[in-house]
Amino acid sequence: MGVVASLREAVQTFLRDGQAIALEGFTHLIPYAAGHEVIRQERRDLTLVRMTPDLIYDQMIGMGCASRLIFSWGGNPGVGSLHRFRDAIQSGWPKPLAIEEHSHADMAARYQAGASGLPFAVTRGYVGSDLPAHNNKIRSITCPFTGEVLTATPALNPDVTIVHAQKADRHGNVLIYGIIGIQKEAALAAKKVIVTVEEIVDNLHAPLNSCVLPSWVVDCVCEVPGGAQPSYAHGYYQRDNAFCHAWDGISKNRQRFLAWMDQHILSTSDFAEYRRSISADVGASQRA
Amino acid sequence: MPENDYTPTEIMTIAAARRLKNGTVCFVGIGLPSAAANLARLTHAPGVVLIYESGAIGAKPQVLPLSIGDGELAETADTVVSVPEIFRYWLQGGRVDLGFLGAAQIDRFGNINTTVIGGTYESPRVRLPGAGGAPEIATEAREIAIILQHSKRSLVDKLDFVTSSGFLAPTNERNGPQPRGRRRTTVVTDLGVLESDPATHELILTTLHPGVSPRRVRDATGWDLKLAAHPETTPIPTANELHALRDLHARTAAAHGRAASVD
Repeated sequence: MGVVASLREAVQTFLRDGQAIALEGFTHLIPYAAGHEVIRQERRDLTLVRMTPDLIYDQMIGMGCASRLIFSWGGNPGVGSLHRFRDAIQSGWPKPLAIEEHSHADMAARYQAGASGLPFAVTRGYVGSDLPAHNNKIRSITCPFTGEVLTATPALNPDVTIVHAQKADRHGNVLIYGIIGIQKEAALAAKKVIVTVEEIVDNLHAPLNSCVLPSWVVDCVCEVPGGAQPSYAHGYYQRDNAFCHAWDGISKNRQRFLAWMDQHILSTSDFAEYRRSISADVGASQRA
Repeated sequence: MPENDYTPTEIMTIAAARRLKNGTVCFVGIGLPSAAANLARLTHAPGVVLIYESGAIGAKPQVLPLSIGDGELAETADTVVSVPEIFRYWLQGGRVDLGFLGAAQIDRFGNINTTVIGGTYESPRVRLPGAGGAPEIATEAREIAIILQHSKRSLVDKLDFVTSSGFLAPTNERNGPQPRGRRRTTVVTDLGVLESDPATHELILTTLHPGVSPRRVRDATGWDLKLAAHPETTPIPTANELHALRDLHARTAAAHGRAASVD
């Protein structure tokens, strides 16, 4: 397989049951197409890593892909709860979900430690919080210079990190811009890196100091236009807020959720077909 | 709504906005805090610096973001940095004056719960989204403002879980990092304003919104709320404030409606 491949091929090649995988993108450039492909290929027993689990992990958890979640905020931004995430934690449906819960500052630090080749991250985190009592990965360390007690957590090194970006060139160099979130750290911390992009171009024309992942840290680039929808891709399309609101109703009920996933994801072969499927659905409901 | 009439949520947002000054560096949570912070920027404090945890520094959105990382924040910011940088250099580095947060539950010391309600942590009755940026915002910013609807369900005697701490006295007994930044907590609700007492660090009722009695506030609070010796009354919202806030919400609704129809 060359550096440029289809998303189906990339997931077949790099993702195994039982792995720790990170799909990152901080409210922007969320790799939805990749998440759907993991669901289609029925990967199981995954440790899902992500600062903001969001709708994409709600879908993956509800479809039974995950046995463990490492995260720092699990909501539907601007809307409310993630019902599949809640159902898994509160009722163990469709299967029990172990959680390893952090703050944003610490999750970011854990990825940074992973990208830096260090065994642990140091922050001044969780002062007075109950979280350390429920997560044995959150420990403390004494500064050898000042004696100050600080928070230590282990580096995050996912088996596979998947991010979505605006552009790649034919060699596999990747350009990310706008809210760049934690994508660079999550990619550099991982053993394998898959990047989906809006388009593959001849020349990135990356401005100086841009966030660029050079081809030699990227294992595979897949061209998936619209691949971050319903999140947004700066310069390409806006966030589909209506879908995020609609998800609240779709995901509230287990049977409705399963029917929706079956109709739009399991019964479609790729992201392009999925997009046609949901726009036909929206059209039908608007005509009704 | 008539020009000089206002809702409880409007006076809450306006009272919170008035606490921001020109030049205040404010780390902003999504929802009510974001509405209040932007109202301040659009009215009396055009020089307030708004930082969002998605990495936008000096954001000047014309419409309220639905998520903490909306493109509008990036496009209107002085600079956009990565998530690790925003927490390390800008928050932990001690560059934030005011952390502006929402909460599901608080207690009398301004501790915040956004994790679980009822049951146990392992098996909660209701699982909430969790911490996000709040634990470190609450302890690294010099001052904290919390904005929430006043009720016995939200201002409680005992939290089910402390996600983000309120005031903590430095002590040799604590086996962990010590608090550095936070010196004062203000809670703005739809009934009035609570501020931390400098001696006891307990929240006391210092300001009532017009027409609200101390008894009504105490009845809506889950602990025995103390009243300041001379409580003030919130000045009624000005026409300018109400106009700016309603315009902001109208622009936001229109923009998100348009955004929703994309694709």
